[in-house]
Amino acid sequence: MTTITEIQTREISYLSAISEAITQCMREDDDVFLVGEDVRLGSVFHVYNDLLAEFGERRIVDSPISEAGLMGLGVGAAATGTRPVVDIMFMDFMGIALDQLVNQAAKMKYMFGGKARLPLTVMTMAGAGGSIAAQHSQSLEAWLCHVPGLKVVMPSGPYEAKGLVRSAIREDNPVVVVCNKWSLGIMGPVPEASYDIPLGQAHVVREGSDVSVVALGRMVHEAMAAATILAAEGIDIEILDPRTLSPLDVETLATSVRKTGRGLVVHEAVRFGGIGGEIAAAIQEEAFDWLEAPIMRIGAPFSPVPFSPSLEKAYVPNADTIVQTVRHLHARRV
Amino acid sequence: MPDPSAEVLLDLYRRMVRIRLFEEVGGRVAEDGRMPTVLHLYIGQEAVAAGVCANLRPDDQITSTHRGHGHFIAKGGQYRPMFSELFGRANGACKGKGGSMHISDIDLGILGANGIVGGGIPIAVGAAFSNKYRGSDAVSVSFFGDGATNEGSFHEAANMAALWKLPCVLVCENNFYGEWTPQHLHQAIEYIADRAAGYGMPGVVVDGMDAVAVWSATQEAVRRARAGEGPTLLECRTYRYFDHVGMKGLRIAYRSQEEVDSWKARDPIQALEARLVEAGALSAEEAAAFKAETLAEIDEAIAFAEASPFPDPAELLTDVYTEATS
Ligand SMILES: Cc1ncc(C[n+]2csc(CCOP(=O)(O)OP(=O)(O)O)c2C)c(N)n1
Ligand SMILES: [Mg+2]
Repeated sequence: MTTITEIQTREISYLSAISEAITQCMREDDDVFLVGEDVRLGSVFHVYNDLLAEFGERRIVDSPISEAGLMGLGVGAAATGTRPVVDIMFMDFMGIALDQLVNQAAKMKYMFGGKARLPLTVMTMAGAGGSIAAQHSQSLEAWLCHVPGLKVVMPSGPYEAKGLVRSAIREDNPVVVVCNKWSLGIMGPVPEASYDIPLGQAHVVREGSDVSVVALGRMVHEAMAAATILAAEGIDIEILDPRTLSPLDVETLATSVRKTGRGLVVHEAVRFGGIGGEIAAAIQEEAFDWLEAPIMRIGAPFSPVPFSPSLEKAYVPNADTIVQTVRHLHARRV
Repeated sequence: MPDPSAEVLLDLYRRMVRIRLFEEVGGRVAEDGRMPTVLHLYIGQEAVAAGVCANLRPDDQITSTHRGHGHFIAKGGQYRPMFSELFGRANGACKGKGGSMHISDIDLGILGANGIVGGGIPIAVGAAFSNKYRGSDAVSVSFFGDGATNEGSFHEAANMAALWKLPCVLVCENNFYGEWTPQHLHQAIEYIADRAAGYGMPGVVVDGMDAVAVWSATQEAVRRARAGEGPTLLECRTYRYFDHVGMKGLRIAYRSQEEVDSWKARDPIQALEARLVEAGALSAEEAAAFKAETLAEIDEAIAFAEASPFPDPAELLTDVYTEATS
């Protein structure tokens, strides 16, 4: 396997990484097209800014504000020989599109006895932290992970964004790419050439010996900040980025926990009913005999995302929350 | 339809000025970074909120949109709780939990601004159902944009409202854009009012830059609704002067300066002010004094809001559920 340092890389943003992946896929394959609200002008997040100029209106399709129809259009187009990339601007709007995704896209192949092929990619933005309140800030990935037939990826940084978006587009199954709107400016080394990050493979972001921290999406960066603070106290955490949430690479995560004896799962979605519970349970089944402490979960409190900065600050998990929980976990002995 | 009295005209004028000045000052304050939020400004569309809400009683309900400050003010919302909300303070209209896109006050019949395009339309229809069910003669009004009429929620709600002759008015503010997408790129029709026929309700095209025209059309629609004759779709053709969000210039050149200027030349507030002055119902001095008073009230409300405390983090977990079941 080539490593990231062996090929031509440069620092680009998470935003550019997404756009570059889509651009490269569209250059390679005329079957790939992008459809979504205001994508012609780049979308509200500016992610698609340069695409119209290169690919024109045949392939960069501005849709009416019609998420249910838009997702269904993606399903129908995917089932009949194209590779649609459907943009659902904010993940919160997934509510409107969910029937087509859950009852149609996810089940068509199975219900048709295996005959259909659904190369559908859904791009969407999750994440709280900017006072845009309850209907523009949610992380709803657990909803989607619960549905057999869908795959769900959550890029943490620019390198992951480019590779996972490409893999999603080339995948012959429906894949939802859950990006984080507050990560768009994050910079990182990304190869110029196209590359895939295989779906279903977790990545060890930082090796460590004391506590395994499984961090999702933007929480990888919070975990890295926590690692620095904890290292100064002599606590060495291992950080794992699942990259794909469904299918989940339980083996890589469990291997780490078998090594450290302690595990923590961190996501910014609401803790109760979050995918962190599934991840913790899956690891526990594979690593029970090695555990020194229960696998813990960090997530948002059980409330809608608040508007006021004073409330939202207390809402979104961060490095401090991770540090405190890791200290507690590290001190526990069976 | 008889001409509205001078009293009605003055009421329309005052409501519009109160909206315009709130938006102008609030927009600048937000742009200066003093608020934690961006604002979807209503400037240019004031005649719609004013003309519609001047026909409503306190117990009538409205649902609004992401561009909701104008509706909130026109339905009786006050500056202090508004600014406190926009500044994210504990004494805001929604205790700082909702913000600009969710500003609401159910006691005033305001069932919320909405972050979900089209989200308010079925809710207004539900309120109309409830009014009828409870034997109240209150009516509900849903405000929504041209873009929202492409959501399934619009079509499903319109069908039910007409089917069950529910006491509501569907007010489409056609400002000809959904974000940066012009109407002709998001729907194949020119008149959104035409959609009404598909559901079996009247569809009326209204000059949304003329508060009196909006007032008259709404008067008939509200009369129909209260009389149990069912819903009406009003298409108020109007224009937002600023970009989709905020006050800075346009994010990209998606519309021409000539287009903007041609709408501003028909400014609803200037037009009504001229009409009132000409009719002798308002002097230039009185108009200036009303604006000065309003601005002073706004400044006071901003100072009040900025001096108010942020919510305690413990508030995070309150209001998620109703504690005691009635
Ligand atoms: C369900 C949903 N889809 C998309 C958006 C993003 N969005 C916010 S406002 C807007 C445009 C709405 O256009 P219109 O209904 O015409 O109202 P206007 O902004 O012109 O007042 C869009 C697409 C949203 N908030 N909700
Ligand atoms: Mg519009």
